[in-house]
Amino acid sequence: MKKNFLHLFGLLLVSGLVLIACAPQAAVEEAPAAAEEAAPAEEAPAEEAPADTTPSCGTEPVVLNAYFETGFDLPFKLAEEFTKQYPNVTWDIKQDQFANLINETPRLLSGDNPPDLIRLPTMVSFAKQGLLMNLDEYAAAFGWDEWPVPQLSQNRVGADGVRGSGSLYAMGLNYSLTGIFYNKEQAAQIGMTEPPATLAEFEDLLAKAKAAGLLPIMQWGSAKSGMGLAFPLQALMASIGDSEPINEWIFQKPGATIDTPSNLEAAQHLEEWIKNGYFPPDINAIEYTDANARFGKGEGVFIFNGDWQNAGYDTDMPGNVGFFLMPPAVEGGAPAAMSAPLTFGIAAKAKNADCAAFFLNWVASDPEARKIDVAVGGSNPGGPADATMPAVAEGSVTNETLAAGVVLGKTGSAMDFIANATSAIFAQGWTPELQKMVAGEQDAAGLLKAVQEEYLRELAE
Amino acid sequence: MNESRVTMPVITKPTNTADNGTEATTLTRRLLPNKKDRRGAIIGWLFTMPALVMYAAFVILPLLLSIYYSFFRWNGIGPMTWVGLKNYLTILEVPNLLMTIVNAFKLVLFFSFIPVILGLIVASIIHRIAPGRFGSITRTILFLPQVIPLVAAGIIWGWLLALPGLVNQILESVGLETIVRAWLGDFDWALPAVGLIGIWVLLGFCTVLLLTGITKIDPALYESARIDGANWFEEFISITVPLLRYEIGVCLTVTVINALAAFDIVYVSTAGGPGNSTAVPGIQIYILAFTEQRIGLASALAVLLMILVLVVILPIQRLSREVK
Repeated sequence: MKKNFLHLFGLLLVSGLVLIACAPQAAVEEAPAAAEEAAPAEEAPAEEAPADTTPSCGTEPVVLNAYFETGFDLPFKLAEEFTKQYPNVTWDIKQDQFANLINETPRLLSGDNPPDLIRLPTMVSFAKQGLLMNLDEYAAAFGWDEWPVPQLSQNRVGADGVRGSGSLYAMGLNYSLTGIFYNKEQAAQIGMTEPPATLAEFEDLLAKAKAAGLLPIMQWGSAKSGMGLAFPLQALMASIGDSEPINEWIFQKPGATIDTPSNLEAAQHLEEWIKNGYFPPDINAIEYTDANARFGKGEGVFIFNGDWQNAGYDTDMPGNVGFFLMPPAVEGGAPAAMSAPLTFGIAAKAKNADCAAFFLNWVASDPEARKIDVAVGGSNPGGPADATMPAVAEGSVTNETLAAGVVLGKTGSAMDFIANATSAIFAQGWTPELQKMVAGEQDAAGLLKAVQEEYLRELAE
Repeated sequence: MNESRVTMPVITKPTNTADNGTEATTLTRRLLPNKKDRRGAIIGWLFTMPALVMYAAFVILPLLLSIYYSFFRWNGIGPMTWVGLKNYLTILEVPNLLMTIVNAFKLVLFFSFIPVILGLIVASIIHRIAPGRFGSITRTILFLPQVIPLVAAGIIWGWLLALPGLVNQILESVGLETIVRAWLGDFDWALPAVGLIGIWVLLGFCTVLLLTGITKIDPALYESARIDGANWFEEFISITVPLLRYEIGVCLTVTVINALAAFDIVYVSTAGGPGNSTAVPGIQIYILAFTEQRIGLASALAVLLMILVLVVILPIQRLSREVK
């Protein structure tokens, strides 16, 4: 084929000027070859992680080559503490914005200097391409397999490319949790003395807030930050239906669909909320940071968000922010929530894989590391079921999110985010379609249908 | 007039260089066929080599590679699969991709026609009534957006056009509460709002270019027109516009390319939202290539965009050159 092509475009290429240009082209074509060379990931760790001894950083000087996300202090602080405890380990940390990491990760993983530790925006394609190290041997060596199940399942990829089960390809530094934050003063104003136990109770509160002249829910919706209505929508889906089918859709299980009767009911609730004026009228133009700033200034009784924002809310409204999980539609049902690991992986060709795996284990098990995890990250540090939870400052909303995390751990109803199902489902599916719903140009049924079509289109690639 | 050639956009450069190049060599060969001068020609080529090499490496090669990639299904890392024209067919089939091209043409109105028409009017007013310090201050102010980094400007415009923003505050203070809205989040108004930012950016560029052109028009023409009793408008239509044909051509070329290949202004103001109402090919190419890792489809859209730009630009080029 390539020959045919060259023949076709031979005329264009004749220009002698292209001579020099051959060099970069060669480099580009080498890349796939390199990726194929990377042994089928299953075999890779076998040589590097002998099962008889627990992997460690040894005593020789080690420089861990790491890529972190700009603007998130947690991994940097953990790296600092790690070096304090293991002085032979130093760090070579590069950092970039999350959006850039999405674009760079394939090249970094397949490049000449593959990272020992990297913040992974997505993982299935990298695992399938053999760019990520299979961590099964490490999981056995460190006993990760015995941790509460939901923690690791989001980082597993099966041989068929379906997430949720199979081999382990990444670990979470912590496990974020989403739910509903509320302004305590305003909640008291509308007579909320304790978190609602059912969806109907919650909707009753929304109506009361609207009647009291308050904005019921602050949320963001600009395409620049991605449509924030995906949070309440997924919360509604899991409140009305089961969380399992939603996870299956996110994990790309063959035949999975988002267009189910219970999801339709959830989308209809959201449409109703929009029509009732429960969200700000300019939501389609509000960015993530603006929404949180406005909520911090008292605009909105509720906001659907994750515990990564805890520190911000504590600063804006000390002692005045509460948190609860989305209540189930049926009283006594299990509350469900999006809970995603802050995912880090090891490149298939990483030079210090053992030490990187040791670090990942240390983060979840070392008391000091767990303390940093909660204080800086605001999220559940995960780890073994019997690990102690570090203390948190009184009055911080982190107390409430951590407590909610325990509840969720018991019910096992954690979900990944519907915006993570495919790499572009958020930008090409949820965001534009939900924005149309806000403008009255899309209804609940059309929304699910359009997103499912986009999902299938992307999977067909 | 030739001075303004310097500012010609990149796309027309190859034709110019190629034309001049062949002209020069045929002349040399025909008139001075001796050895010494051929050596001179080689030395001449050697002097242009560094520029040509850079041009080839950073313009020609990426262009050819994009065309090459557009015939494959490729995620940027793995093996490439030949798919022929399938990527092009996909673009024509998927309504969201096709819509971006429609949006790009809507932007032409705001990025191109309005700045050029306004620029003509402003330039001729400055030239006629305020040639002194006031004129140069106006020119500087209008040109400032070209100097301000667009990303910063985009953020400021986002604040100005937000629901609690300054634009709405002004509208409210003059009693226009009914039209107050989140301009960049409104399905009907987001594109015009992005267009407004485009006008703000490009008006200064057009004004300065056109003003430079006007100052080169023989003042005697205006004098005789005034003796004949022509007013500002008649002067404008019969002298200024026809004699500025070349500059108008340049303005149109640059701004039309800006509109069709728009990325930065849209990305920093709406990122294509709400609901794809401001999505332009540039944004889709970015999402396809870097978020979806569909290099082939992204390249095909990019190639299509380039062809589209050429199709629109070439007639403008021809029209503006037919002066003589």
